[in-house]
Amino acid sequence: MTPLPLSIALAHLRARKRQTAVSISGVMLGVAIFIGIGGMMNGFHSYFLSQLVDTNPHIVISDEIRHAAPQPLTALYPDGAVEVKRVLPRDPVRGISGASAILDALNATEGVAAAPSLAGQIILRRAGRDYAISAVGVDAAREERVTDIVHDMVAGSFSALASEPNGLLVGNKLADKMGVGLGDSVVAVTTAGSQTALKIVGVFHTGIDAQDQFLGIVPLARQQAMQNRPRVVNEIHIRLADIKRSIPLAEAFERRWGFKSAPWEETYARVLDVFALQDKIIYLTTSSILVVAGFGIFNVISTIVMEKARDIAIMRSIGMPGSSIIAIFVVEGIVVGVIGMALGWLAGWGLGAAIHLMPAPTGNSGDTLPVRLTPLLFSAAGAIALIAAVGAAFLPARKAARADPLTIIRGAA
Amino acid sequence: MRPTLEARGLTRILPGLKPTTLVKDIDASFEAATFTAITGPSGSGKSSLLYLLGLLDPPTAGDVLLDGYSTAPLSNDVRARLRLKHFGFVFQFHFLLPELTALDNVMLPMRQLGRLAPAAMRERALRLLESLGIATEAAKVPAALSGGERQRVAIARALANDPRVVLADEPTGALDSKNGAAVFAIFRRLADEGRTVIVVTHDESLARMADRAIHLVDGRRSD
Repeated sequence: MTPLPLSIALAHLRARKRQTAVSISGVMLGVAIFIGIGGMMNGFHSYFLSQLVDTNPHIVISDEIRHAAPQPLTALYPDGAVEVKRVLPRDPVRGISGASAILDALNATEGVAAAPSLAGQIILRRAGRDYAISAVGVDAAREERVTDIVHDMVAGSFSALASEPNGLLVGNKLADKMGVGLGDSVVAVTTAGSQTALKIVGVFHTGIDAQDQFLGIVPLARQQAMQNRPRVVNEIHIRLADIKRSIPLAEAFERRWGFKSAPWEETYARVLDVFALQDKIIYLTTSSILVVAGFGIFNVISTIVMEKARDIAIMRSIGMPGSSIIAIFVVEGIVVGVIGMALGWLAGWGLGAAIHLMPAPTGNSGDTLPVRLTPLLFSAAGAIALIAAVGAAFLPARKAARADPLTIIRGAA
Repeated sequence: MRPTLEARGLTRILPGLKPTTLVKDIDASFEAATFTAITGPSGSGKSSLLYLLGLLDPPTAGDVLLDGYSTAPLSNDVRARLRLKHFGFVFQFHFLLPELTALDNVMLPMRQLGRLAPAAMRERALRLLESLGIATEAAKVPAALSGGERQRVAIARALANDPRVVLADEPTGALDSKNGAAVFAIFRRLADEGRTVIVVTHDESLARMADRAIHLVDGRRSD
C-alpha cells in the first residue's frame, strides 16, 4: 500500500494538473538548461584544453632559475638569521647549460619524450611590411614526438623543416596576413641585426589565435644562427605519455637541474582561472533558473496549503502529528522535483545533442560545437533541483503543520 | 464503574487584551455505553467543552481524565496519539478529503495508526460503510455524495480505529430533519454498543434521544 503522505500528496497534485505541470516544466527547464549549457561549457573547455595541451608541450624547461642555489653563508649558518638577496646567476650566458645531457636523461625516462628548442623574437618582412612574431627553432625529427602541431598542418609538412635549412612554418592567419603560401620567401630580421631569407615550407592551423597569427617555426640551427646564439638551447619541450604526471614530474625536473620547469597547468594557469570563473558564472546563472523553479513549487504548495486548511485541520484533529503533515507537502515538492528532474535530464540530453549539431566557428567545415555531458553534470543538476524543490515545499509545509486546527474548525462552524 | 472520561474543573479562557472565558469550572463524568448530549444556546461554550474533552484544546485550568489518568501534563504529540487511538470526531461539516474516495477517507485514520494490515483496513472500512448503509458509495468521492451520505462517511471515519469515545459537534447542523434523526439514531446505536458518545446539539428534540443532557449557559453548567 502506498504510504499515506505519498497517496495524499499524489491526490493533491492530481487535482491540480495544470499547476503541477507548470511547476514540473519549471524544474525540467532549469535542469535541461543547466545540463545543456554546462555540457557546452565542458565541451568548450575540453576542446580548448586539448587544443592547447596537444598542440604544445606538456612541460617546458626554460633557462630561468626560480630558486637560487644555496649560498655559502647560509650553508655555514643554517640556523642563523641570514638572508642573501639579489644573487646573480653563475653563468651570465642565457641558455640551458648541459642541455644535451638533460635531453639524454629525459629521453631515457619512461613515458617522457623531450626535444630542444630556441625561442626568440623575429620580424618577418614582406612587401615592405613588418610582422613581429615569436620564432621557435626546433629539431624537426625530435619535435614531432613532443607536439601535435604536425597534425594541424593545412599545407606542406612539418618534416619539411628537416630537409630545408631555411624552412619556415607559419600559422594560416599569419600567412593570410602576409599574403604568402607554400614556396614563397620572406625575410627574417632579428634583434641581433641579421637578415635571412626564409622559405615557407608549411602552414598550420591550431585554432588558437596566438599561435596561428604570431608563431613561426624554423630549424634549430637556423634559429641559433639568426639569434647569434650558436649551440644554445633555451627551452626543452617535453611530452608525457600520462598527462596527469605533469606537475610531479615538472617539480622533479626543476629540483634536479635547477631550471624552471613549467607544467602545462602552470603555463595556462590564467586560462584555467578564466575557465574556473566562467564555470562559476555559468553554473550560478543556470542554478538560478532552478531556484526560480523552486519559487514556482513554493507558490503551488503554498496555494495547496491555503486551500487545504480544512483538510489539514481534520487530519490534525484525528491525530495526525505535525511531522506527517510536513511529510505530505514535502513529498509533493519531491514528486514535482523528481519528475521535473527526470524530464529535465532527457531534455538536457536532447539540448546537448542539438547544440552539438550546430556548426563551430573554427574555420574547418564540418566542425560542430563541442559538447561534453558528464554524469557529474546530471547529478549536480538533479541535486540542485531536488534541494530547491524540497526547500520550496518545506516552508509552506511547516506553516501547515503549525496551523491551529481548532481555529479552522471553529471558523468553518 | 470508573468513568471513561472525566472533566475536573475545566476552564478555558482565550488570552488577549480582553480575555474571553469559553467554559468555567466544568465537572462531568462520561461512562461507557452512555449517550450524552451537550446543549445550550449559541455561544454557551458547548463546542469549546467538546474540544477540551476530546484533547483538541488544552484547558487553561482543570484536567481531563482518560480512564482515570490525567491528560494535562501530556505533550501535543501524545495527545494526538491518544486522539487517534481512543477518540472519534464528527463535525458539523463533514471535512472529508475531497480527492479521496469514501473508502479511502474511512481508511485514513487506520493508515495513520498502522495497526492493521492493508487488506484488513479495507475490509473494516467496507464493513463500517455497510453498517451505516452506504457500502455502495464506497468508490465515490465526497462531491458525488449527498449531505447525509457525507456525514455517514464522516461517522464511519470517526469509528475507523474502533474508538471508545465518539465526540460529535452539531453533526446534524447541515442536514435536514430526516437525515438528522437518522444520524442521531446511529449515535444511539453506538452508545448501545458500549461506546461513550458525547454530542453537541442545540436541537432539544434530538437531545431527547440521549441518556442525559448537560446544559450550558455562558460557559457554566446549568442542568
